[in-house]
Amino acid sequence: MKVGIAYDLPRWEEKNIIQEAKNEGHQVIPFYSKQGIFYSDSNIDIEADLFIQRNVSHSRAVMTSFLIESQGIPIVNDYVTLIKSENKAFTTFILSRADIKTPRTAVSMEKDMALSSASTLGYPVVIKPIEGSWGRMIAKAQDEDSLRSFMEYQEFTSMYYRSIYYIQEFVKKPDRDIRIFAIGDDAPVGIYRVNPKNWRTNTALGAKAEPLAIDAELRELALKVKDKIGGFFLGIDVFEDKEKGYVIDEVNGVPEFKNTVRVTGFNVSKYLITKLMEWYKK
Amino acid sequence: MVVLKCPVCGGDVTVEDDALPGELVEHECGAQLEVVKNGDKLSLKLAEQVGEDWGE
Repeated sequence: MKVGIAYDLPRWEEKNIIQEAKNEGHQVIPFYSKQGIFYSDSNIDIEADLFIQRNVSHSRAVMTSFLIESQGIPIVNDYVTLIKSENKAFTTFILSRADIKTPRTAVSMEKDMALSSASTLGYPVVIKPIEGSWGRMIAKAQDEDSLRSFMEYQEFTSMYYRSIYYIQEFVKKPDRDIRIFAIGDDAPVGIYRVNPKNWRTNTALGAKAEPLAIDAELRELALKVKDKIGGFFLGIDVFEDKEKGYVIDEVNGVPEFKNTVRVTGFNVSKYLITKLMEWYKK
Repeated sequence: MVVLKCPVCGGDVTVEDDALPGELVEHECGAQLEVVKNGDKLSLKLAEQVGEDWGE
């Protein structure tokens, strides 16, 4: 099998996927997105049976998934899944409308409306960029004064969604959250991300990864999320709310998994390749 | 291994023969560099800064 890897920055994950695909006897075709040119009246000259999307840049990921799909080559994740997962408003509303618990969230297009929504949700609230990663610019506003300041900071960024405000109730979770991976028709591995010093429990912000025993409820939830968001390989972030139980925070369409492999010993890349081959043969 | 020139300080930078384009290399002068591949020829340029849309 010829496995294409679309990437822009070869991190540990991309190199590991390449190595594991080779170990499984596949021919790997790395596709460096930044040097690719796509013409509307012809196909790129690349022979791959299927692709794995691994661009670290969201815009390059969505665009290359779309362009590769447009010439008839399957890619995981597909561009529609990436659009749904990389836009936090899309993710939250798609899941919430499907009766999957998410933090109560308000989206508004104007500052006074956002302030009004925060009063309705009740302080403290969390304000997040609609697109972003690694916990960047996610802030907890204790009151209207601080929320107003955070909205001003957002307004003067160059983000595409800078004038749309995504305000969320603050979930009183323990000093950890859960990252669980949905791979094909399974949710085989996950971790706790623990940080007693920062309520933002991204490993990019220093949270410590610890192994997680996946219970049936969590597994079923991960697969339900995958059913609604789509795709083949998702990293799903889950909060443990004392009253609501498991609450879906975010879904990642090009998930990182270095720390998961390190603390669980689970070979995510090999599992992904195996599941992809099963899926492709069907 | 192949020895390339740092585009910032001009010093030598050693890179694996099978380096992937886009791979990052830290040079002792402090520059963060990115491997460029034209055909079989490798070179280095200043690495792209982390973008607002980078991440998982």
